[in-house]
Amino acid sequence: MNSAPAAPLIEFQGITKTYGQGQAAFQALSGVDLSIQQGEFLAVMGPSGSGKSTAMNILGCLDTPSTGTYLFQGVHVEDLDRNQRALLRRHYLGFVFQGFNLLARTSAQENVELPLLYRGESPAARHQAALDALALVGLSGWEHHTPAELSGGQQQRVAIARAIVTRPLVLLADEPTGNLDSKRSHEIMELLVRLNQEQGITVLMVTHEPDMATYASRIVHFVDGQVASDDAQEARPC
Amino acid sequence: MLMNALLLALREIRRNLMRSFLTILGIVIGVAAVITMVTLGNGATRMVAEQISSLGSNLLIMRPGQRLGPGRDEAGAPKFRVADAEAIKSQVSALQAVAPVVGSSVTLVAGNENWSSTVSGTTNAYFITGNWKLAAGRQFSDEDEKVGRAVCVIGNTVRDKLFGHQNPLGAELRIKNFSCEIIGLLASKGQGAMGMDQDDVVVIPLLTAQRRLTGNQDVATLMISMQDGADTSRVMAQIRQLMRERRKLAENDDDNFNLMDTKQIAQALSGTIGTMTALLGAVAAVSLLVGGIGIMNIMLVSVTERTREIGIRLAIGALEHEVLLQFLIEAVALSALGGVVGILLALLTCLGLSALMHMPFMFDPGINLLAFAFSAAIGVVFGYMPARRAASLDPIEALRHE
Repeated sequence: MNSAPAAPLIEFQGITKTYGQGQAAFQALSGVDLSIQQGEFLAVMGPSGSGKSTAMNILGCLDTPSTGTYLFQGVHVEDLDRNQRALLRRHYLGFVFQGFNLLARTSAQENVELPLLYRGESPAARHQAALDALALVGLSGWEHHTPAELSGGQQQRVAIARAIVTRPLVLLADEPTGNLDSKRSHEIMELLVRLNQEQGITVLMVTHEPDMATYASRIVHFVDGQVASDDAQEARPC
Repeated sequence: MLMNALLLALREIRRNLMRSFLTILGIVIGVAAVITMVTLGNGATRMVAEQISSLGSNLLIMRPGQRLGPGRDEAGAPKFRVADAEAIKSQVSALQAVAPVVGSSVTLVAGNENWSSTVSGTTNAYFITGNWKLAAGRQFSDEDEKVGRAVCVIGNTVRDKLFGHQNPLGAELRIKNFSCEIIGLLASKGQGAMGMDQDDVVVIPLLTAQRRLTGNQDVATLMISMQDGADTSRVMAQIRQLMRERRKLAENDDDNFNLMDTKQIAQALSGTIGTMTALLGAVAAVSLLVGGIGIMNIMLVSVTERTREIGIRLAIGALEHEVLLQFLIEAVALSALGGVVGILLALLTCLGLSALMHMPFMFDPGINLLAFAFSAAIGVVFGYMPARRAASLDPIEALRHE
């Protein structure tokens, strides 16, 4: 699917990220080049401190590179200010975190509606979109449960529904199965693959579990702030 | 967008009822305390002024000691004698009546009933100066006063407590250790200052009181009523001059008695109550301050606790000012709600207490506004500041916050 010479959706050119200053400076990323096409399912792997999370944060426009160029659909993200990056997240990106990060005491449906609130959509449109998204992740009938009333797997599904309710181009998942047992983990991965294939959402996932990485169409290994290997693979059939 | 923020804020308040309740509790109590204190103080001041002015503008009261009101110094000053009253009556013109009064708190007994009350020993002039009418019976006769007979005129409350609705005339009333015959019943005057019952009174001849209750010939108070249209300051000057002579005061000596008209008494008492009100107001202001610190705490804690939530909102694409606006509206809504509830609570309390203490209810918009503005300002400032700090964090920082 990468055969067409289309412009990449995401392009890193010589991205570096340095934390701290002077003696205490720590270089988390030292010159990363990476280009990602629309529709890919990318697994980012690597040991702790390899810079994979930093790379994800920059990819997700949550953080900015120290030097280098980040093109998102041809736009120079490194030149955008805080609010412009927030708008970019709002319109093109969806996030799934290891710790779910749902709002407590808030129903699944309200959690899913949250991004739409910031987009100023009408209540009717919000409700419908939230119900659709929850149905897509297989949680029809759980709309009014709060996170405390849901299992970990279900909470992560709500989080995924929240991430895709805006129909983003890219879904960024940071260790989405890190807090789940193996059975739930596989269910979540299958859901991500389905979203990737059926909805055409580009999925970028950080994981340290090789088993989970087998679901991806491409695996990027980070070591010491650089890309050590970058292999396309036959995605595991669901 | 404002509607959106409002919606988000109200949702959050509803979702965290307990936290919201605790937040506004501080404001409610502080606002209610300050408003209640000041409102009641105003009512008390007004009531005393009304009570005193209802005594009439032509009444003078003379007591030993230098001044009336706080810090009265009565101990060293000689008391009056009956002769003082007679001298004033005969030597000062334009006077209607001069009543020498001695008072004593006693337990009254009649049949099986008993009642604690105040007995005033005085003359018939008292009924003129005190503006008393007789509902039944008679005043003291010359004979009663001259020999100090054991007779009494009672107020309506004393009648009610001891005799119910029976006619008390001719009945025996035990005052301390002697018995006296009830010869008259005073017409009811109703409630007096500070809920004091004006009808809770027993009047006996002066000589009777001196012999059987106080055991000396002192007179505690002279009540002097002037004729209508008399020149108050001229009359007061004459009385003062006369008393200085009678008490043999040298040119440079201060008066060792004080003579006041009702207006001065009202001023003295209002001054006392004003001081009390200021004191209570200060205490209440402290409680408002403590309430403010409570709001500050809860706002700080809850916003800090919600740093993660702010991180989530930022990550999914909320703009910094959208998050801030939401928190600001939450703070404003909570503080305003607390202020309004506080004001309502204060008004209810004031209405209840005013009715209970028979005081006029004096609504003071200034203090209501002040208390409300103060608490609202604290809520808004301390809701906004930590939210601003949190919203300016990087989303990843905020998300990492535990």
